[in-house]
Amino acid sequence: MFELVVLDSALRMATPLILASLGGLFSERSGVVNIALEGILLTGAFASILATYYTGDPWVGVAAGIFAGILVSLIHAAVTVIFKADQIVSGVAINLLAAGATQFLTWITWGSSSNSPPVVGMAPWSLPEAWGPVARGINVVIGHYPPLVYVALVAVAAAHVVLWHTPFGLRLRATGEHPGAVDAIGVSVRKMRFAGILLSGALAGLGGAFLALNTHQFVKNMSAGRGYIALAAMIFGKWNPVGAALACLLFGYAEAVQMGLQGQQVPSQFVQMIPYVLTMVALVGVIGRTRPPAALGKPY
Amino acid sequence: MPEKNAVEMRGVTKRYPRVLACDGVDLSIRQGEIHAIIGENGAGKSTLMKILYGMVRPDEGSITLNGKSLTGHSASDSIRLGLGMVHQHFMLIDPFTVAENVVLGIEPVRAGLFIDGRTARERVERLSSEYGLALAPDERIENLSVGLEQRAEIVKVLYRGADILILDEPTGVLTPQEVTELFVVLRALRESGRTIIFITHKLNEVIELADRVTVMRDGRVTGVVSAAETTPAELARMMVGRDVLLRVERREATPGEAVLVVNKLSAVGRKGTHVLDHVSLKIRSGEILGIAGVHGNGQTELVDAITGLHATSSGNVTLSGTDITNLRPRTIRDLGVAHVPEDRLERGLVPEFTVAENLLLGHHHRAGYSKRGLIDVAKMEEHARELIVEHDLRPADSSISASHLSGGNQQKLIVAREFDGAPALLIASQPTRGVDIGAIEFVHTNILKMRDAGAAVLLVSAELSEIMTLSDRIAVMYGGRIVQEFEGGTVSEEELGRYMTGAAGAEAAVEAEGTAEATGAAGGTA
Repeated sequence: MFELVVLDSALRMATPLILASLGGLFSERSGVVNIALEGILLTGAFASILATYYTGDPWVGVAAGIFAGILVSLIHAAVTVIFKADQIVSGVAINLLAAGATQFLTWITWGSSSNSPPVVGMAPWSLPEAWGPVARGINVVIGHYPPLVYVALVAVAAAHVVLWHTPFGLRLRATGEHPGAVDAIGVSVRKMRFAGILLSGALAGLGGAFLALNTHQFVKNMSAGRGYIALAAMIFGKWNPVGAALACLLFGYAEAVQMGLQGQQVPSQFVQMIPYVLTMVALVGVIGRTRPPAALGKPY
Repeated sequence: MPEKNAVEMRGVTKRYPRVLACDGVDLSIRQGEIHAIIGENGAGKSTLMKILYGMVRPDEGSITLNGKSLTGHSASDSIRLGLGMVHQHFMLIDPFTVAENVVLGIEPVRAGLFIDGRTARERVERLSSEYGLALAPDERIENLSVGLEQRAEIVKVLYRGADILILDEPTGVLTPQEVTELFVVLRALRESGRTIIFITHKLNEVIELADRVTVMRDGRVTGVVSAAETTPAELARMMVGRDVLLRVERREATPGEAVLVVNKLSAVGRKGTHVLDHVSLKIRSGEILGIAGVHGNGQTELVDAITGLHATSSGNVTLSGTDITNLRPRTIRDLGVAHVPEDRLERGLVPEFTVAENLLLGHHHRAGYSKRGLIDVAKMEEHARELIVEHDLRPADSSISASHLSGGNQQKLIVAREFDGAPALLIASQPTRGVDIGAIEFVHTNILKMRDAGAAVLLVSAELSEIMTLSDRIAVMYGGRIVQEFEGGTVSEEELGRYMTGAAGAEAAVEAEGTAEATGAAGGTA
């Protein structure tokens, strides 16, 4: 179970989860539930393959994934912040819309109801072999990963610094706790929540791009519940970037193990349940008190 | 130096669809004075302050702030001109530290990017020591007492450079000691040249603290007086427009048989803490027992435990000899317990229901009001009409929803319903919180009427003057225990205050614990 192959695959599995759960974190810290992560991942995945297909450059695909994620989250922001509609209903609607729209666009673009043709993926980052045995050693231990894996890990640290050490982070968290107080000191609640949700869209869109480019194609419904798992990881990680990332690694590991278990005696469905069971355990407080932002889910 | 006015409002008018909230109001606040604005709920003082602060646009009138004429200004404009508001409901973020709350929005930054925590702490420390506020910058708000939270609000306003401070009902939630300390701080702020606008409905505080007073009624200013040259009675008359009984008249109690007996009652709260710790008390018919205490010391749980809303872990409650411990709330009500709950919108009424429906709640299943599970609507309306007339509810319309009533009339509605049908035990929790003096007079008169008719009354209030006016006996709760009991009229507010904050009575509590353990041990050996 702890073979290098499994750990290697766990990190890859965790990457889209990490990016999406960081996205969820920025939105929820501003006080807006973002269950639309699932739909944003899927849209980001589709947009990145579409752009890569036409340009042949996966980096353009990455940019397209981020852009699509921001566009979708803009819908969520408008519906929940300006029109003050229910955040869960808006999120579910976006997820249904994304599932239908990406499948429809796959059909009209490539004439297939299920998947796109293969595209170029991202070359893994590694140090030049010419740098000698040390570089080769580094490559063996931590190399060979596509660039977005490293981006995700750096994003975890960056999110921590932004949330806890910058004025923006302080105001964002304040908005999620007590929007009335933020309003009273002349900081716009609307702007803070828009910022949180759009950041959320950018990060989840990036996660979607990794998901698709890692498999070199778009497959219908390829997000397969990862948006929800990312949300679960964020809760499991107590609304903290590092906690959320560790939870994502755990869930990514479960996914990797499950793939290894296929055809074995344990039904893979049981392993697939692990993230959700763990999240429920976390919610009832077994691993200590979890406290969501006080104004989470409440329109202002 | 000529006297300069910090605030000058002329002919300010604000119309809402159904009411004229401010009607040609003139207000002058001199620089460096403490100026009280008093008036009943709905008199227009909050609207006037919101207009000044820039949260509400007036329809007519002019505003000058620190010599600058303002039109269509926003809250951030007035903050920039040196106006700061300490809101009635604190605008603090619980999980943040004091320093984080203070600097939020104007954070000191280092390296152009990161919050400079050290500077933030230093600023808070300096402001806090300058006015004797004794605030620890790194303490989280959720760990502070209400009094300290208020100080954090004051520092927050000062940090923003305010030289005019508006305090909206600042003493409502404080203990007598905290009020005294707040007044010291406010005087120190005045010494430093700041101007203070103090909104309240407590007349004694006005006389004690303010330099001048503006009185409002029905959206108009009915008087501007110097605090040194007025009396509470005169202020009350200007506020209400008639003479008011500031203290209801009461006859000596003539207690009868014991009605409520609470015996060593304990209960466990949500977090597993002992919210009630061996509480014992007895109330006889025709007697009022007042419970004094700082909010959160078990009063709420005591009332809930008696009325069946909170499960108890040990001890018992009897009503005229019947054990009612942990019975269902409805059974307890049917045995003759009436309850005016502390939060009227949460538990007292259903705001969306009509006045008639709200007046029936809790009686709805009783004979005469419903037949075979259906409510007799004609009976309900008749019942409502009677109570509305009897208790002078306004407007006298049983078909409007309760949410459209003023706070005072909502409270009158609950009192009308609960006092109906001669209960044996009446529990009134914060019965006059947030209501005007007219309604306070009404509630107090009715509580005494119930007592004289032979009801046992349990009165819980954060308002010490209320406890002292009405109670025949006074019990003080602290930390889930009754730490001391007094005969009414034998104790001062200050002394009560000392027991309420745990400063006095620690020995008494220890003694009580000793007794409890002793009885526990005795039970074990038996």
